[in-house]
Amino acid sequence: MADAKYFTTTKKGEIAELRIELRSDRRERRKEAVKKVIASMTVGKDVGSLFPDVVNCIQTDNLELKKLVYLYVLNYAKSQPDLTLMSVNTFVRDSADLNPLIRALAIRTMGCIRVDRIIEHICEPLRKCLKDEDPYVRKTAAICVAKLNDMNPSLVEDQGFLDLLKDLLADPNPMVVANSVAALSEISDCSPTAAEATKLDYATISKLLAALNECTEWGQVFILDAVAQFEPQDGQEAQSICERVVPRLAHGNAAVVLSAVKCLMKYFELIPDDSEYKDAVLNKLAPPLVTLLSAEPELQYVALRNINLIVQRKPEIMKQEIKVFFVKYNDPIYVKLEKLDIMIRLTSVENIVQVLSELKEYASEVDVDFVRKSVRAIGRCAIKVDSSAERCVRTLLDLIQTKVSYVVQEAVIVIRDIFRKYPNQYEEVIDPLCKNLDNLDEPEARASMIWIIGEYGERIDNSAEILSTFVDGFQEESTQVQLQLLTSVVKLFLKHPTDTQDLVQKVLNLATQESDNPDLRDRGYIYWRLLSTDPVAAKNVVLAEKPLISEETDLLEPAMLRELLAQIATLSSVYHKPPNSFIDGRVPLRQLKNPVLEEITAVPPELQNEDSLVPETESQTSEDVQNPSETITPQVPEDNLLGDLLSLDLSSPLVLGGMNTFDIGGSSQRTMIQSGGDLLGDLGGIMFDPVLPNLTQTTQNIQNVPMGTTDVGFDIFNQYSTPVLNPFQLILPKQVVLPAAKGKGLEVSVTFARRNKDIYMDLTLFNKALLPLKEFAIKFNKNSFALAPAGQLNIVTALQPNKSIDVSLAVNNTNPVEKMEPLNKLDVAIKTEIATHIFTCFVPYHVLFSEDGKLDPKTYLEAWKQIPDANESVCTIDTSLDSQGIIARLEANNIFNTTVKSIEGQELLYMTNKFMNNLWVLSEIKISNQFPVTSVLISMKSRTMEVVPGVFDSVRAMLAT
Amino acid sequence: MSLSGIYILDLKGKPLISRSYRGDTETNIIDKFISLALESEEEGIGQPIVTHLKHTFAYIKYNNLYLVGVTRRNANVAIIFTFLHKLRECFVEYFHELEEESIKDNFVLIYELLDELMDFGYPQTTETKILKEFITQESHKLVIAPRPPPAVTNAVSWRKEGIKYRKNECFLDVVESLNLLVNASGTVLRSEILGSIKLKVHLTGMPELRLGLNDKVMFENTGRNTNKGVELEDVKFHQCVRLSRFDVDRTISFIPPDGEFELMSYRLTTPVKPIIWIETSVERPGRSKAELLLKAIGQFKKKSTANNVEILVPVPSDAISPKFSCPYGIATYRPDLSAIRWIIKSFPGGKEYPLYLRYNLPSIQAEDTEAKAPITVKFEIPYFTTSGIQVRYLKIMEKSGYQALPWVRYITQNGDYQIRSN
Repeated sequence: MADAKYFTTTKKGEIAELRIELRSDRRERRKEAVKKVIASMTVGKDVGSLFPDVVNCIQTDNLELKKLVYLYVLNYAKSQPDLTLMSVNTFVRDSADLNPLIRALAIRTMGCIRVDRIIEHICEPLRKCLKDEDPYVRKTAAICVAKLNDMNPSLVEDQGFLDLLKDLLADPNPMVVANSVAALSEISDCSPTAAEATKLDYATISKLLAALNECTEWGQVFILDAVAQFEPQDGQEAQSICERVVPRLAHGNAAVVLSAVKCLMKYFELIPDDSEYKDAVLNKLAPPLVTLLSAEPELQYVALRNINLIVQRKPEIMKQEIKVFFVKYNDPIYVKLEKLDIMIRLTSVENIVQVLSELKEYASEVDVDFVRKSVRAIGRCAIKVDSSAERCVRTLLDLIQTKVSYVVQEAVIVIRDIFRKYPNQYEEVIDPLCKNLDNLDEPEARASMIWIIGEYGERIDNSAEILSTFVDGFQEESTQVQLQLLTSVVKLFLKHPTDTQDLVQKVLNLATQESDNPDLRDRGYIYWRLLSTDPVAAKNVVLAEKPLISEETDLLEPAMLRELLAQIATLSSVYHKPPNSFIDGRVPLRQLKNPVLEEITAVPPELQNEDSLVPETESQTSEDVQNPSETITPQVPEDNLLGDLLSLDLSSPLVLGGMNTFDIGGSSQRTMIQSGGDLLGDLGGIMFDPVLPNLTQTTQNIQNVPMGTTDVGFDIFNQYSTPVLNPFQLILPKQVVLPAAKGKGLEVSVTFARRNKDIYMDLTLFNKALLPLKEFAIKFNKNSFALAPAGQLNIVTALQPNKSIDVSLAVNNTNPVEKMEPLNKLDVAIKTEIATHIFTCFVPYHVLFSEDGKLDPKTYLEAWKQIPDANESVCTIDTSLDSQGIIARLEANNIFNTTVKSIEGQELLYMTNKFMNNLWVLSEIKISNQFPVTSVLISMKSRTMEVVPGVFDSVRAMLAT
Repeated sequence: MSLSGIYILDLKGKPLISRSYRGDTETNIIDKFISLALESEEEGIGQPIVTHLKHTFAYIKYNNLYLVGVTRRNANVAIIFTFLHKLRECFVEYFHELEEESIKDNFVLIYELLDELMDFGYPQTTETKILKEFITQESHKLVIAPRPPPAVTNAVSWRKEGIKYRKNECFLDVVESLNLLVNASGTVLRSEILGSIKLKVHLTGMPELRLGLNDKVMFENTGRNTNKGVELEDVKFHQCVRLSRFDVDRTISFIPPDGEFELMSYRLTTPVKPIIWIETSVERPGRSKAELLLKAIGQFKKKSTANNVEILVPVPSDAISPKFSCPYGIATYRPDLSAIRWIIKSFPGGKEYPLYLRYNLPSIQAEDTEAKAPITVKFEIPYFTTSGIQVRYLKIMEKSGYQALPWVRYITQNGDYQIRSN
């Protein structure tokens, strides 16, 4: 029985010997020889040269031998395509054998031979096997279609295999059905056309769900995964699917349970909120998820990564179960770390005491990574639950007393964050921290400590002394520490100018002259310049109030979370990355479509006529961009070129970002710092004279100049408030709204623009009549946005025949509101001495966006969550701009950027705009990592969905290149 | 879903046997695996998933072997892990031991199994009982080649037809494991009962079985007195149980596989007091001395008895000559476990047994602190369930109408039973 003997061959010319044995007359001997060949193959020896001899043994009625020869062929087919072709007849013959086991074996093996010339031979046998009388053969053939598709998708389509496969979905045998579902799902992943061709309808899904009970555990997973891809028509269908999926939660196989959870997490969203069943579904999820934590550790890990996603979407599911995430002594470390993560997500006022006592326990364990994460978690608790902050700080103090190096370092880092959240509180910890300076050898911990010293310099007696010891070793520090040291010394200097003058001079010298790091150098120059030209501004910048750090630093973006939840149980859900970021690009990103949502967000038919306007607008805008001189009226005098440059690039949010650069505190700000930092870097290069004045004078300035007044010419803060026309501002060309024929000789063209925070209606009146026209008056009808003329048309003299006049009319919002269809329709009446003319024009949406439409990231996140998912609409817009270009264009039109994140090569821009009537639109722009950029995906959310299509159109026009 | 291939490697990462299912990976890709896995282990994380370029390796370790699944797609990783464990089970059932030797000894069979268990990366038939019907260890010398048994693809894919027994019997074991986490002051942080109902079926033909438990939800549904009912928080069934039927009226009905299997498992998180509680008091007369008094207290019914109680009391690994005494049971010092192992063969409910322990520590303390291991307890209490679950009936119906006897046993044992020490 022991096959081990086949591995022991010591003789030299073994290949030759094997060849002789393979040619033996005796069947037993041949079989022994084939086993030896396979054994050699197993240990990695190349036995490919025996191919013809092994293939000769293929015609045998011994099943075991046949399987071995097939296996051999499988392994060497690629390297011996010609010889493989020789064996194809046997495969074809075997696929019609009397024994179903052999028929299946033949078709199974043939499908795995990835040689082009074999493929054409497989079609006929496969067709027969798909209709075989034996279910064992049919289930094997179903998978074979997927194999064929993998090699040659067009063949599968041309030969009608897709239809045959679909027919098998109605097979009486459950395993055939399950394998067909698996094959169809795989094929549908390959291309959008295949996805369309293999789409399942509700009736089929229903049948599949009914077949669930009879399938093997694996078949159940195949079916549930396919069901999770289905898009139901309405809440009714969704509920009925849920009802039939719920019993699967009681299955013993963890994969079945997770796939059922995936379906339920998708479909519960579609059940109306007022339905009792919705809560019932959610309530059923917790127990099976908890049970998964008793499975094998690898499955626990998968479950925990998925629970991490689920609690981000619906924390209430696990709220009561926090104890199951308490760490056990013998959990593998990767399980411990995941549990800790979820624990923190579920921490709240109610359970903080328990959580904290657990965390304290963990902090005394031995595993360094785990301990670090636990200490960090204590800091997170402090920031998350205000009432526990004091208790957390005390716990951290206790931990610092342990003097264990990595515990102290981690504690310093989180205490910095706590100071960011609760400035000027818990200062009693500063003293013990200072006693542990020697323990800090990691850059982040050192940087954090230096930040604390800079921030609380006036409360630490020997702060200057401490910083100067750090400065002594400046060149050995990492960049992170150097940058922080620079900032902290400047901070301290601004607070105590007299005794730190030498120190600041030294550190500025080190940063600007001794360092070859551009970031450090540029920051050094900026400080230097700032300190020497305008100390008050320096104080305002460096000691500015810092934005609050947010509680949840590592929440996934809503869109990303939704995408990942659709991937529960797959690798994607474990990596927390979308599939296209870690697999080959062959599989397209499945766009999350939701017909129920689409129905709500679809453009109402009345609005659709507006579409016809869009292409026109687009083409005209692009012309504008090409000839900017026509539309831009430069208002900034030429000698102030610098100011002009600044206002073009430094739109307000970026200045904000720039200010953050001066102060690196919370970890949540990093993305902003990046962009701001670059920008300031450029700036430094442009405007600063390399010859730097001495700082002594500055010191006096700081002491003498009263706060708030300054006569220094360069005022960085007021610069961006001067109104400057931006070339990116979208101004549509005037359109003739009243042709001369209708207006009794008066032709009116109109466009709208936004200037100085007001809307202006720009009109051109052309007198094509024979008489002069005078006594113009204008009135707006009631409209959706309450627009009304703020004054009258400023036409003093009569308009002579064949002359035209351009007038600008300020518009305010004092009219009564009446909802128009489309929303932006505006009826206007113009009166002259002769007659009154009524015409209709359409106000472009973007002029309705007000200047105060910017949100901070935290408010944005909350607002996004508050708007129901049903109010989301998705649209693809063609553009070749990169993120900076997009932001510049949108911000020029009052669609403001909240933050930029880059995840897995994708850039996500979060934008907001506010209508004059306080209606907010939140959007997320996804720029894929493929170059060149050709289009971006925009999701918009608003409480009032009617405005969204119009906003889309505006954005499209803005981004047209 | 779908795996590109399965590899079995030894601890050094040398492939012992492998099967490629999709032909979409380089043959030598597996060479990258071991360094990645070791790196992850060395970093102290040891995640069961590692990646190389676009390849994902998902693996489990068993008996000095790595069972590795490779994929290049966004595979269903829950399937991969359940499948790898199933694979391990299947091999163990076939060759009793799964280790390097048994793989070499059965490589032909393993190739056959790998071919049958999975196709193109999709798991197929994994029921060992059915596989044994047509993939047999001895080679077939018979003229009649084996055919796929109908059960391979049937709705009842776990039981073959035509089984015969002279004496029809069914043995039912209710085993409850108690998971407990208690802190040093005696507060129960977490308690959980994991129950399992195991069946050994010796029944002829295709019998229909129905199991009745004192399930609280069912009592409520049928309007019975719910006092005696037990609320099962989460129930998991073997695939033979009709889940939709259970969902409708909580009836557990099924056609069982032949022989032994786990019919169902359940979980309860009702607060449980420690069945065996270890009270510890520590005295440190000097920096390098420690004296402990432990009391093991049986907090269960007086008429029950816990058997084979084994208490592991951790001592520091650098403890010098631990001295201990106990009037009941046998205690031994196990330096390899850094613990005192205290075994009490029979421990009646309500009793209290002490253990005195004294040891010295080196006067110089080690640099790195040691993990504070918890006290762990092992035990078995027959004829007793912590949850109070009871089998009310097990009905056996077969069309031939034979009488079969069900036998029921109950046992409570420790699960993950930890008492934190200070």
